[in-house]
Amino acid sequence: MSGLLAAMLEATGPTLFHYVLVPLIKIAIVLFAGVLPLIMYLVLAERKVLGFMQARVGPNRVGLWGLLQPIADVMKLLVKEDVVPRRAVRWAFVLGPCLVVAPAFVIFSVIPFGPPAATEGGISWFVTDINVALLMVLALATLPVYGIILGGWGSNSKFSLLGGLRSAAQMISYEVPQGFALVGPLLLAGTMSLVGIVEAQRDLGMWFIVPQFVAFFVFLVAGVAESNRNPFDLPEAESELVAGFHTEYTGIRFALFFLGEYANMIVVSSVAVTLFLGGWLRPFPSVEALSFLDLSFLPAGLGGVVWFSLKLFVFLFVYIWFRGTFPRYRFDQLMALGWKWMIPLALVNLFLTGLVKVWV
Amino acid sequence: MIELLTQHGEAILFYAFALAAVVSAVGVISLRNPMYCALSLLVTFLAVAALFLMRHAELLGMVQLFVYGGGIMVLFLFVIMLVNLHRLREVRLFNEQVPIALVLGVLLVALFGWVFLSLPASAPGDSTALVSLDGEVVGNAKAVAWVLYTEYLLPFEIASIFLLVAMIGAVVLGRRD
Repeated sequence: MSGLLAAMLEATGPTLFHYVLVPLIKIAIVLFAGVLPLIMYLVLAERKVLGFMQARVGPNRVGLWGLLQPIADVMKLLVKEDVVPRRAVRWAFVLGPCLVVAPAFVIFSVIPFGPPAATEGGISWFVTDINVALLMVLALATLPVYGIILGGWGSNSKFSLLGGLRSAAQMISYEVPQGFALVGPLLLAGTMSLVGIVEAQRDLGMWFIVPQFVAFFVFLVAGVAESNRNPFDLPEAESELVAGFHTEYTGIRFALFFLGEYANMIVVSSVAVTLFLGGWLRPFPSVEALSFLDLSFLPAGLGGVVWFSLKLFVFLFVYIWFRGTFPRYRFDQLMALGWKWMIPLALVNLFLTGLVKVWV
Repeated sequence: MIELLTQHGEAILFYAFALAAVVSAVGVISLRNPMYCALSLLVTFLAVAALFLMRHAELLGMVQLFVYGGGIMVLFLFVIMLVNLHRLREVRLFNEQVPIALVLGVLLVALFGWVFLSLPASAPGDSTALVSLDGEVVGNAKAVAWVLYTEYLLPFEIASIFLLVAMIGAVVLGRRD
């Protein structure tokens, strides 16, 4: 492996190798070995867990325990007829699903899945570490709504348009508390680099969920709302809007919307794990007696990746749990919750954090 | 080919984003369908954010993306989708104040030209000015925050008072009674 990399370095020269080739390889690994299989099996896990919660079996026909079901689903979606409604705005209709998926994938480039390289030339478990990473996550997390608006508007259908409108209103309402909630950990860490924030939690000796549990709660609720999941899935409320913004979509274009929703779930979960649950750190990072939990017998910081994945899975399970538990909010309730409860709560938390930061 | 890209990559990207910004800005004022105008404005914002990033103003670029791209444009689109698009299309929207617009435009171009000409020739711009504090490299966010809250505190607070006034004005105008 290292011989192969050395040969590539020889062939391309250092600039191309470090700034183009290595990031490209990392992006390919994150997308095709990490995120896409995770999304496929998250769909299966959701159906299985929901089945369990509703005393059903869930998919169990394709492969052992239904393990090949995601592959069958993808095949089906790929070969379905691609219908574009008459009098739809074609470019908006086509562009919408892509705009939902792309920003979510870009965010994964700044998420630290594991620790940075311990030695010179070692493996860092992230694509890049930039000093405005947190702002970049916030900024890109708002862009998928354009895909939903464009798709909803371009479909030339009342249900789609209403779904898009709801999505826009929901996004504006929950972006504000989400932003304020993220400022809490930012104040404690003193940096916007996600790697720096995890390292600040290691230096503090505890995960930021302990001092910032209010911010964590607000972020979790706003994150569920931003990824259009139950109980905030009003843009696609099937009891009122048929299927909301993706009513007119079929086949692979519908699959892209679907993919975007699950990718956004994973993004929100990853950001929550990084900011509040210590990223790649083990539980109680300051207790020496627990240092065997570091899994340091695994090579190249892989133990950190294991911890990150475990926390991520807990979050994804919570998402599915929400869907199996809570009924959908009414639209005015959703707005009231966002503006009258979440924003004041986040502001009070921000104020208190600032006071503590100044005087302690 | 690769040589060309690595040597002039920055210039190529700059002209690409600048072209996108200018073309879409023209689109904002010349397209007839308000939905297309709003989307052109979005493209302008994104291109300008990219230009900021290329000048190492990462904080400004991301804030541009977050505030204008993520917040304000979503509001615009929301309002445009709520109003009756077909009726709007028949109204001349923005072309009624040509003389004032011409005067202001000429003044703006003159201002830009004056600033441009008063720069020393071939000044590349100090790209470390935005990321360092007393000679120490601390990153763009910290450097900008430091300058904003010490040197430019008063203008910053005045700007926020203005915004507060505008917000109260909007609330007063929006009241039904």
